[in-house]
Amino acid sequence: MQHAVRLDNVDISFGATGKSVFRAVAGANLSVAKGEFVAIVGPTGSGKSTLLNAAAGLLKPSAGTVEIQGQPLDGLNGRAGYLFQADALMPWKTSRDNVAIALEISGTPRREALERAENWLEKVGLKGFGHRYPHMLSGGQRKRVAMAQVLIRDPEILLMDEPFGPLDAQTRLIMGDLLLDLWQQDRKAVMFVTHDLEEAIALADRVVIMSTGPDAKLIGDFTIPLARPRDVSEIKLSPEFQELHRDIWHLLKEQVLKAYGNQNREERA
Amino acid sequence: MSRTVLATLQVLVAVIAVALWWVITQTSILGDPARIQFFFSTPADVFWQIVAWFRSGEIWRHLWITLIEAALAFVIGAVAAMIAGFWLARRPKLAAVFDPYVKAANALPRVVLAPIFTLWFGLGIWSKVALGFTLVFFIVFFNVYQGVKEVNRTVLQNARMLGMSERQLLRHVYLPSALSWVFSSLHVSIGFAVVGAVVGEYLGSSAGLGYLIAQAEGMFDIAGVFAGMFVLSAFVLLIDWGVTMVERKLLVWQPDNNH
Ligand SMILES: Nc1ncnc2c1ncn2[C@@H]1O[C@H](COP(=O)(O)OP(=O)(O)O)[C@@H](O)[C@H]1O
Ligand SMILES: [Mg+2]
Repeated sequence: MQHAVRLDNVDISFGATGKSVFRAVAGANLSVAKGEFVAIVGPTGSGKSTLLNAAAGLLKPSAGTVEIQGQPLDGLNGRAGYLFQADALMPWKTSRDNVAIALEISGTPRREALERAENWLEKVGLKGFGHRYPHMLSGGQRKRVAMAQVLIRDPEILLMDEPFGPLDAQTRLIMGDLLLDLWQQDRKAVMFVTHDLEEAIALADRVVIMSTGPDAKLIGDFTIPLARPRDVSEIKLSPEFQELHRDIWHLLKEQVLKAYGNQNREERA
Repeated sequence: MSRTVLATLQVLVAVIAVALWWVITQTSILGDPARIQFFFSTPADVFWQIVAWFRSGEIWRHLWITLIEAALAFVIGAVAAMIAGFWLARRPKLAAVFDPYVKAANALPRVVLAPIFTLWFGLGIWSKVALGFTLVFFIVFFNVYQGVKEVNRTVLQNARMLGMSERQLLRHVYLPSALSWVFSSLHVSIGFAVVGAVVGEYLGSSAGLGYLIAQAEGMFDIAGVFAGMFVLSAFVLLIDWGVTMVERKLLVWQPDNNH
């Protein structure tokens, strides 16, 4: 089977050559099949964003290969849509224009782009909010616009970096449901980064664990056999979910404690 | 504070200031009124001077000249600065080479340039435009430069991932970001365009508010000097108010500009 994303022995370093080099990721291997929803969980600072940026083509690995649908990645990954953790909307465009521009840049006439943008805003539950600028929306609403902006281009691969991280607990659940709802319709390949294990299990087909950096790699790989369609808030109550959570947490906890220890040592130094 | 209270207080400041001025120049608490009037004129004299200017219509020509000079200085300076700012901000190595020269040029007091500009461009409006240009250019230039440099990284990466070409990034990301910086300095740069025009006129010309003030000064006509200053202040306030209106229209997307 052809993979949507394949990372093969990927190293990613920061810092100029010659000076002290910080190798954030070392020897990471990961394959995401077409239509597969993979969540990557790891402690803060382990290198999750870094790995995702390599899949997006925003960072070039210092060693190893990144393949997108069987082709080595060169430059930006044009088949991927990227949902960032921080606010990424253009603040000077209304939400409707922010979504429409994603089509306009590839040549869709403005009128058609605006119409389709309205449709997408409706799909993410923001009908009637098209004329608002990002600062007039709540954090959750901004994420919805960002989702519409990414999905309107119909990318084959979806990269998401803690997209619901800054939101409150209830909004996260609602956004999780919305995401699954939209994903269910055409099952794109997804790389979903989070530090929240519950969120990862509730959403994904597979959960992989990232070890604490530097030299972080992917160490655990768990299939999540929970039936779909899922209800993100309900599913957490099922015994199956709790058993999976216990197994995976056992491995993750070690990494979290290690990361915590590193941090304390740094602070004392 | 409510709008009416604020407006009342603002007017009150003017009333008290004028009243003080009147008391000092009409009574002998600070000495001989005739002597003081020679230095400070009187509110009534200044008022009637302004009325006379507007009644004869003479003032309009001067206001118009100053306005044209300031507008030209602003537009030419801002456009040139935007082009230069954009161009250099995208070329860090070139910017580093030019950096000391830009700083040195900006540190130069512009008044010393006035005679040179008169020599180059004559006594007409262009020497004043040139003086205003040197003031406007640097403010706008530094703001555009900063605006391009400080584009939000996530917004930029997001736009790239959406598939924007370099040209599209320029139009949809860099330009709006730079413009928001330019707008934040609009009051200052337009004020400087007026300063350039008036100082230029003051130092040598045959029309404009600066010329009017210089003329009055040459004849020890203190009422004329004060009247010129008041007309100039009102003129600047009016322009500033216009800028605020434009700002409100164009910067609705900014958090602090939603009314
Ligand atoms: N541009 C950079 N320069 C130097 N170090 C970086 C840079 N970006 C990330 N890092 C380091 O790489 C490690 C992984 O970062 P990141 O991928 O952002 O972690 P995560 O997303 O898992 O929280 C961290 O130790 C971070 O300090
Ligand atoms: Mg991160």
